[in-house]
Parts: sequence; C-alpha cells; structure tokens
Amino acid sequence: MSDQGARDRHEQARRDEIDEARREFLRNIAAASVVSLGGGMMLYSMGGEAQAKKPGEPLDPKKRWGMLIDTSKCTSGCDKCVEACKKENGWEAEPGSETDVQWIRKVDVKDPLTGFMASLPVMCQHCANPPCVDVCPTGASMRREDGIVRVNMHTCIGCRYCMMACPYKARSFVHEDIPEEKKRFHAPMGKGCVTSCDFCAHRIDVGRIPACAEACPEGAMLFGDMNDPNSELRKRLKEIRSYQIRADLGTDNGIRYTRLP
Amino acid sequence: MKKHFHYEYLQSRVGYYTALLSMGALMLIGLAAAYYMEHHGHVVTGMTNQIVWGMPHVFAVFLIVAASGILNVASIGTVFGRTAYKPLGRLSAVMAAAALAGGLVILVLDLGRPDRLIVAMTEYNFHSIFAWNIYLYNGFFAVVLLYLYTQMSQDFRVRRFYRTAGTLAFVWRLILTTGTGSIFGWLVARQAYDLAVFAPMFIALSFSFGLAIFILLMTALMRGDERPVGVGLVNRMGRLLGVFLAAAAYFTVVWWLTDLYAAEHRPVVQYLFFSGNVYSWLYWLGFIGVGTILPMLMVFSGSARTSMKPVIFASILTIIGGISLMYFVIIGGQSYPLVLFPGKEVKSSFLDGVVANYAPTMPEILLGIGGVAMGVAITLLAAKVLRILPVSLADAEVDPHLAGGKVEELKKAA
Repeated sequence: MSDQGARDRHEQARRDEIDEARREFLRNIAAASVVSLGGGMMLYSMGGEAQAKKPGEPLDPKKRWGMLIDTSKCTSGCDKCVEACKKENGWEAEPGSETDVQWIRKVDVKDPLTGFMASLPVMCQHCANPPCVDVCPTGASMRREDGIVRVNMHTCIGCRYCMMACPYKARSFVHEDIPEEKKRFHAPMGKGCVTSCDFCAHRIDVGRIPACAEACPEGAMLFGDMNDPNSELRKRLKEIRSYQIRADLGTDNGIRYTRLP
Repeated sequence: MKKHFHYEYLQSRVGYYTALLSMGALMLIGLAAAYYMEHHGHVVTGMTNQIVWGMPHVFAVFLIVAASGILNVASIGTVFGRTAYKPLGRLSAVMAAAALAGGLVILVLDLGRPDRLIVAMTEYNFHSIFAWNIYLYNGFFAVVLLYLYTQMSQDFRVRRFYRTAGTLAFVWRLILTTGTGSIFGWLVARQAYDLAVFAPMFIALSFSFGLAIFILLMTALMRGDERPVGVGLVNRMGRLLGVFLAAAAYFTVVWWLTDLYAAEHRPVVQYLFFSGNVYSWLYWLGFIGVGTILPMLMVFSGSARTSMKPVIFASILTIIGGISLMYFVIIGGQSYPLVLFPGKEVKSSFLDGVVANYAPTMPEILLGIGGVAMGVAITLLAAKVLRILPVSLADAEVDPHLAGGKVEELKKAA
C-alpha cells in the first residue's frame, strides 16, 4: 500500500520536473523524426523513464540505464552527439590525436567483402560485466547500482589497467592539465587519471537524458531503463533484434545497436 | 658432513664507492625524469591513449619478473638441495628483493597519480589481479626477509626453519610470477594477450632473466672484491641458464602456435611475429636469435668449461633478449588495434583500426634505468652492511664434485 503511494509520489514528482525546455526539445525531436521516417523503424529519443533523484536518495538497483542506437538513421559525417558530449562534459579532441580525451566517437565500419557500411557512435558500453571494473586495483573504476559505469576521480591512481582491459577503447587517460574554462563540476577530469563516458550521470540523476541522445537530430539514440518492461526502450528492444559490439565477450552491454556490419 | 661457508662484508674500495655513487646518480636522474613526467603529464612521454603502457613498464615488468627468478638461485640450494648453490642463497635473496623494489619504484613513479599510492594500499578491489599483485609483491618482501633471517641467524632455533622458509619463498615466487603473467594473460579484450600460457611463460622467463642477472652481478661483486669464483660453478649455472632459455622460448612458441591456429587471432600473430615490422625483428632477432640461440650455443660450448667468459656473455645476451621480448610483449601487443568489429574495416577520430605508433622518450628510459640502478644500489649497500657474499666461490669450496674443474682466482680488474 505504502509502496503504491511512494510510486504515485514519484510519478507526480517526475511529471513536475519535466521542464519546458524538454517539452520544446521533445517537439523538435518528434518533428525531426517524422521528417526522417522513411518506412524504417522509428526510435524516440526520450523514453521518459528518467526520474529525478532527490539529493541523498540512493540509486535504484532495479534500474539499468541503457540505450538503443538506430544505426540506420546514423549518417557518416554527422557528429552532433560527439559535439554535444564535448560541450556538456568539457573535453576537446583534435581528430586523430593520440593523447586527447575522447568520451564518444563516430566509427565508420565497412564489410570489405560486401561493401556494407554503417556509421555509429561508440562510447562506454556500460557493461553489466565490465572488464574495466574487474581489473581496477582500487575500485575507482566502478559500476553504479543503476548500471552506469564510471571512474571515481578521487581514487583513480592512473595505472591505466582499465584502458588495457576495455574491449571498446572507451577510456582515455588525461595526459595534460585541463584548462580551467573547460572544467565541468559534474564531469571531473584530472591530469593523471582515467576518464570515460558516464552516461551523463549528472543529467540522469535529475531526470534528464544524456546529452548525446538529446542532441541527435535523427532521434537515433533511445535512452531508457532496460529493466523496466514498460519503458519505451525495453518495448523497442523486445520488438526488434538488437546487437552488442563484441557480444562474444559476454560483457552484456548497456548500449545496443539496431544493426551492425 | 654439513658444510659451513664463510661470508664477509664488501671491502671499502674506490671501485665500490664509484659504483655506488654512479647508481645514486642514475637514481637521481630517474627521479628527476619521473618528476618531469608528473609535472607536465604523460603528454611528454611516448605513451598515448593507444599505447597506455610504455617504456617504464618494459623495465618494470622485466625487473619484477627477474626478481622472482633471482630468488630461484637460492631455491635451487634450499628446496632442491643443490650443494653448489647453497652459498649463493643470501645474495640471491637480497638481490631478488632489490630487483623487485627497483621494478616497483618504476611502476609507482609512472602512475598518473603516484601521490595517491596510499589509495592503492587502502582501497582494494579483490577482483583485480593488480590488487592481488600488491599483496604478492609486499608478501614477497616479507617472505624473502624471513628466508634471509633463517639463513643468517646465529640462533640454531631460527636456522632450522631455513628449509621451510625457503620452500615458502619458492612457492610464493611462483604465485607472484603467475600474477605478473596474468596481468596480460587475463586481458580478454586484447588480441595479443588473452592466453593462459602467459603465466607459465613468465615463470620460465623469470628463470632465465633472473639467473642471467644473478650470474652477472655475482661475478662482478666477487671480481670487484677480489674473491675467487670457480669456473666449474659458473659453467654449471650457465648450463642451467641454457635449459631455462629453451623453456622460455618454448612457451613463446606455444603462444604464437595457439593463436595461429585460431582464425580469429591469426591476423595479430601475423602482425606481431611475421610481418617484418620492428616487433617481428625484436622477437626473432632480439629474443630468439640474440637472446636464446646465441647464449645457448655459448653456455653449452666447450670453451665454457675452461672459461667463464662464454657464460658472462650469454648472460648479457639473455638480458638483451629479455628486454627485447618485454618490449615486444608490452608495446607490440598494445600497438595492434582493438578489434571491435571482427573482419571489418573501421575508421574513426580515435584511431580505431590503426596500428599505434610508439617512440619511447628520454624521460621514460631514464626512469627505467633509475629503477635498475636502484636494484643494483640496494644490492651493493646490502653486501656492504650484511654478510651475504661468500668469501670464496672456488669450485673446491662450494662443491667437491666441481673441484675437478679449473679453479680460477680472479684478479682485480685492471
């Protein structure tokens, strides 16, 4: 009974906290999606499951945040998601730089035999069995209760073993000082530590969706709770076949793709 | 009858202090290099987001692997009861701890945040082989010190635990090197690693690296202090080195044969071993040619029976081959791109699908040399303040069976 009441209050709180900007964005995304709908499947950028977490409230272990990326909508050359991430989290990377931090990148994949091509964003795959977490000597590389894999900047000693272990090349080492103007309170990065995509945890915790998903003009990135049978993401994952990068490794990724070459 | 050996401190000579000061200077230079790297960040090194472990790790892993192999000399005497090796036990234990200390200092100073070492000591993730290694390394120091104590104590009640402590040290070092090899062997994501054979391969490598370093330092210390060393003893150690070299090479062959058989791993084997790039040369010419076949020919040659030079040269070549192989494993293994999409062509701003470049920079090399110098310096200091170096290693002294060989009284180097 009390559980039901708590759920209702949560629901109310959720509705209250959806701000006007988000409504506006939702309308834009919906419009863009309708325009781009070409007989293929359509993914909505917002499942609407992200609920604001009150300060001090523990994370919900029943949740598992994830994302479905519709690669049929993702075009080579478009890097809106990458740019949004840079802006949100304060990193900058020269193309082809060997030492710059990169949280998310666009990868063009081609089958050399058939010529089939796809372009897709690759970031931390937020694995259920993350090798980076297994190998970290101090536990700085950690998986939150809600499935987000991130680095605790206070206990990272900069050994880079997680970078050796990550199959997705999702992690970067901060090779030099970060200028003050680039620093973000919510995405702390420090020289000598490892850093990676944290699914915009600061946004998720206040009921928003990751910056990349929000920025995708095609609405190709559907974010939501993979564990919730009623979430848009879960419904979509049930309807269509989705793929994980290197599924053979058994890492059980939180990022799924509609098709992979 | 139980044989008693006599040990004595190193004498105060100009050569001793020159060597010690030189090592001190190299350590200071290494420290300065580490400070430079930490101050500016790793951007001043050759390391990147693709080659995340560089030259410091080549030195560090080499020393850590060698450390457990150096202790093996003591184990041969204690655990396997070889008389000729018994007087070498003390030096072996000290040198092993020194090499480990040198290797660990390099690793720590190469961390992105060496100032957070205390975090590594207080926050443990027991899923991590790295965290386990922290225990294994610290435990190694404790076990080796205990072993040394049982060897050197004047109290017979302590000395009777000598064999037990030696066996514990032997088992500990096997586990430790298994841990070091598993740092690479358990990396499922990397095509070049991800093989259980890395653990036994590292153990075999530790035998050869460790014995080679021990032969070199032991003869240098004895020669420097004008103490006799028997050719028969050195020849025997050399022949053992030959067996270890063959064993180590065998495991590397198992590595590439296993990977060559799996279509999934064939490209990485072709890239590393057979593409004619710098890594292929390091393996075939550096490790197999210079570091295995040549020293084997030397230690089993007829001249090794009458002179210790072939074994000394073989030891130097073993170390060159060992460093080549460590570079091959660590840098070469990382240079092969991660395979996110097997069999597909990939392109990205983050150099996906591109073979990574790496050129070691001077600070990295100086840090590595500083760690080696620290290992040597600890051994030199210990031999000065502890009775760890036998007064004589003449064949007649160490083993009557060796006395048939020529006893060479080494004269002070000109």
